[in-house]
Amino acid sequence: MSSTREPLFSSKNIKLLTTPLGRENPITVQVLGICSALAVTVKMQPAFVMAVSVIAVLAVGNVVISLLRKTIAPRIRIIVQLVVAAALVILVDQILKAFVYDISKQLSVFVGLIITNCIIMGRFEAFSMSNKPWPSFLDGIGNASGYGLILIVVAFFRELLGSGTIWGYPVIPQFLYDIGYKDNGLMILPPMALIVVGTIIWVQRAKVKELIED
Amino acid sequence: MFSNRYIYIYASVMVIIVAAALSTASELLKPYQNKNIENEKFQGILSAAEVDVPRSQANEAFEEYIVEELAINSEGDVVCRYVDGKLIEGDVRPFNIVLKDELKLKKDFKYGKAKRNPKWPLYIMDIGGELKYVVPLQGVGLWGAIWGNIAFDSDFNTVAGTSFDHKSETPGLGAEINTKEFQNQFKGKQIFDQNGNFVSVSVVKGGVANSAINPIHGVDAVSGGTITSNGTSEMLKDCIENYVSYIKKNINNNE
Repeated sequence: MSSTREPLFSSKNIKLLTTPLGRENPITVQVLGICSALAVTVKMQPAFVMAVSVIAVLAVGNVVISLLRKTIAPRIRIIVQLVVAAALVILVDQILKAFVYDISKQLSVFVGLIITNCIIMGRFEAFSMSNKPWPSFLDGIGNASGYGLILIVVAFFRELLGSGTIWGYPVIPQFLYDIGYKDNGLMILPPMALIVVGTIIWVQRAKVKELIED
Repeated sequence: MFSNRYIYIYASVMVIIVAAALSTASELLKPYQNKNIENEKFQGILSAAEVDVPRSQANEAFEEYIVEELAINSEGDVVCRYVDGKLIEGDVRPFNIVLKDELKLKKDFKYGKAKRNPKWPLYIMDIGGELKYVVPLQGVGLWGAIWGNIAFDSDFNTVAGTSFDHKSETPGLGAEINTKEFQNQFKGKQIFDQNGNFVSVSVVKGGVANSAINPIHGVDAVSGGTITSNGTSEMLKDCIENYVSYIKKNINNNE
């Protein structure tokens, strides 16, 4: 242990927060959490709530695991991680059902399925099991935000092209519909989310050459 | 190293703490959740009779428009009556009857296995002096449950409106049953033919115009949503037929 305390927002800690947004993005680079990215990105509102839920679960979960890390026997570590993730997810689900019922209905099973989101268990195992609470907290926020960012970008395009709205507000002017413009129903179906995510990955790799694999 | 004893105690304590935390949270949040579910049910019943209110006001509007909540048995006799917040007859508020359980009872009843006669809730509304009868519906679609309400004019034959909802039908296909475009098609349809026989309203694949069904008894299906459409037809028939003897006994005689 170093004798001098590391400042809370040292450049190393800031990196934990920012690299998952771009260079180490869980969806576009690590390709984790894809299934929910396909399912909840038809509209921006549910995508946003899903992103916030994942941020809450991952940040709190990372801190809990990090606090417990020295007491967790390696033989049962996956079970402990799973219990922590499951408990938090159920809590989030109950809160959504109580206070934002409509959105919780739209998200339906996908809130429960946050448990199976590989990002959660991945970060518990790879980061918070071996790091202090504060960096773990930042890592959780960073990774979940990287996930949420992609979710919202995908939802933006799918909602705009598929329903002609943004955040539920119509943005395509009526005269365009009058002259024959139609919303693209295909954008609403899950395969288009995959194509949008693919496009984002393409754009990102075209910009950041280091990400290109041989 | 961690001993086995440590691991057992650790796991047990962890599970107990988590269970306690979750059940506390669930108990604390339950009243809010139930209120949401109840209000949604109010809203669905009202919206079938074309009274559209936001969910927060559904409860008041329900009390304002509903004159009587009845539960009838398969013979068409009233077994429960709930008026102005008081249960006058029977043992259960019709609003609280779980339709799914009653439909199961109906099936069991056929095979002589049921413990009691199923009860069918019926809501009688007064909208500007006009009586409407609202019948709740419950059925299955492609991926999960579908449900809704259908409102009839005072003749209990002509459909005044419908509201449908679903748990997890395919977006853009089966899920279209909860849109106004689909629901409005039902308006003006009739469930009895000229001879007074019950025929229900069917959701017809390929369009009513191209089928042998009398257009007064059918609506167009959503293309691509065949199983949901069939489920909706099935649900309408299965639920409305329970009221036929009540209608024959009470409504037709008054005319």
